[in-house]
Amino acid sequence: MRRVRRILCFAGRCAKEIARDPLTLFFGLAFPVLLLLMLSLIQANIPVDLFRIEHLAPGVAVFGQSFLALFSAILISRDRSTALLARLYATPLRPMDFLLGYLLPLLPMALCQGAVVYAVSLALGLPLSGRILAALGVGMIPALLYIALGLLCGTVLSDRQVGGICGALLTNLSAWLSGIWFDISLLGGAFGAICKALPFYHAVEACRAAIAGTAGLWGHLAWVAAYAAALMALAAFCFRRKMKKGV
Amino acid sequence: MNAIETQGLTRQFQTLTAVDHLDLAVKQGELFALLGVNGAGKTTAIRMLCGLIAPTSGDALVMGKSVVRETGAVKAAIAVSPQETAVGRHLTVRENLMLMAGLHGCSRAEARQKTEAMLERLRLAEAADRRAGKLSGGWMRRLSIAMALISEPQVLFLDEPTLGLDVLIRRELWQVIRGLKGKSTIVLTTHYLEEAEALSDRIGILAHGRLTALGTAAELMEKAGAGTFEDAFIALAGEEAAV
Repeated sequence: MRRVRRILCFAGRCAKEIARDPLTLFFGLAFPVLLLLMLSLIQANIPVDLFRIEHLAPGVAVFGQSFLALFSAILISRDRSTALLARLYATPLRPMDFLLGYLLPLLPMALCQGAVVYAVSLALGLPLSGRILAALGVGMIPALLYIALGLLCGTVLSDRQVGGICGALLTNLSAWLSGIWFDISLLGGAFGAICKALPFYHAVEACRAAIAGTAGLWGHLAWVAAYAAALMALAAFCFRRKMKKGV
Repeated sequence: MNAIETQGLTRQFQTLTAVDHLDLAVKQGELFALLGVNGAGKTTAIRMLCGLIAPTSGDALVMGKSVVRETGAVKAAIAVSPQETAVGRHLTVRENLMLMAGLHGCSRAEARQKTEAMLERLRLAEAADRRAGKLSGGWMRRLSIAMALISEPQVLFLDEPTLGLDVLIRRELWQVIRGLKGKSTIVLTTHYLEEAEALSDRIGILAHGRLTALGTAAELMEKAGAGTFEDAFIALAGEEAAV
């Protein structure tokens, strides 16, 4: 009971730190919505099949989640750089308690982010159906993937490195390799193979399948879940090692 | 019972021996200062005593619990105020204190009660609802000490608590530290020799990871045959022979 209380207490602190950072509101909510509005405007004038709202909404929802990696990585790396983590290491919190504390507040944030994207998409013409709820639920697996990536980067990188790697490189790379902005089958060959080996394309396809109610959802989702589990395990391993060294 | 007992406590980092066979006993309720020049091994010794890093060899008992085998029990008995100011910058002063109470297992009601008491005790009430990141250096350091105290630790480690603060704020924090004497065992590391002299019951001097002198400020001055504590420190911190 005391352990659960400690984890929830730490999670509450992390939620406040993230929510009070203006970066969160802009990149977490405003940026995906702006992108959705802008691309819908382009679609209205120059129709492209890829940017139909049924295709675009799940893509932007997953793209928005890539910022969860940035939020979690910034939080951990800042805690390390300001010695707050050294103080917290001297409390009875265990390594898994820390990771749960960092992870838990990001899950409702991911849900909230997805809800805003789909709500705006409804206004832009996405048909109202129960599949939107399914897509929101499916979207939690890619959310876990990005949070795990953030936990890993925040654990092994400095706060300066995190800004560049999670903020610029990861968000761009995951977007280009996901098929949100262009059809990866057009490029084919090695690029297509790389996209399909990585989880980002499958994350978008899983959410698109959930919205469309088409087959293939579980295959894509399993691919993403496997990556999320592996990255989470790696983050836990690295965090435990860092904690043992007291850094 | 001694609050702290170390037995051959040693920590090596590759070829560097940061702490070398440290044998030390600190009595309950004592304010013990650990002095040494940069790189003498003070922070490494404290990190081992807090269970943050494992010793390469030897052991230490903190309130009778081994830092090697009973790290969880050690962490439940201690608190640390690190060298750098370690606070949640987006949290208010009150929220930082509530956080630390909660992490030590207090219920919400208990945490609130302890927080209000600590705000009064360390005269932080007027800044209670200000974000920690917006505080001045002195207020932040006072908050840092309050965060360490809120769990009512049996042993409190203060690592350079007044580093970088002006003389007025430093003297104010001395009053705070003096007020803690007798309630908790305090281990203080500092670069300010007058601080150790003014506050401590006993002082240990570390040089090259080894304890080169141990005693009250007056005993150390006598041992070094020095007229001031600073001269005594210079003589003893450079000594090769361990106590």
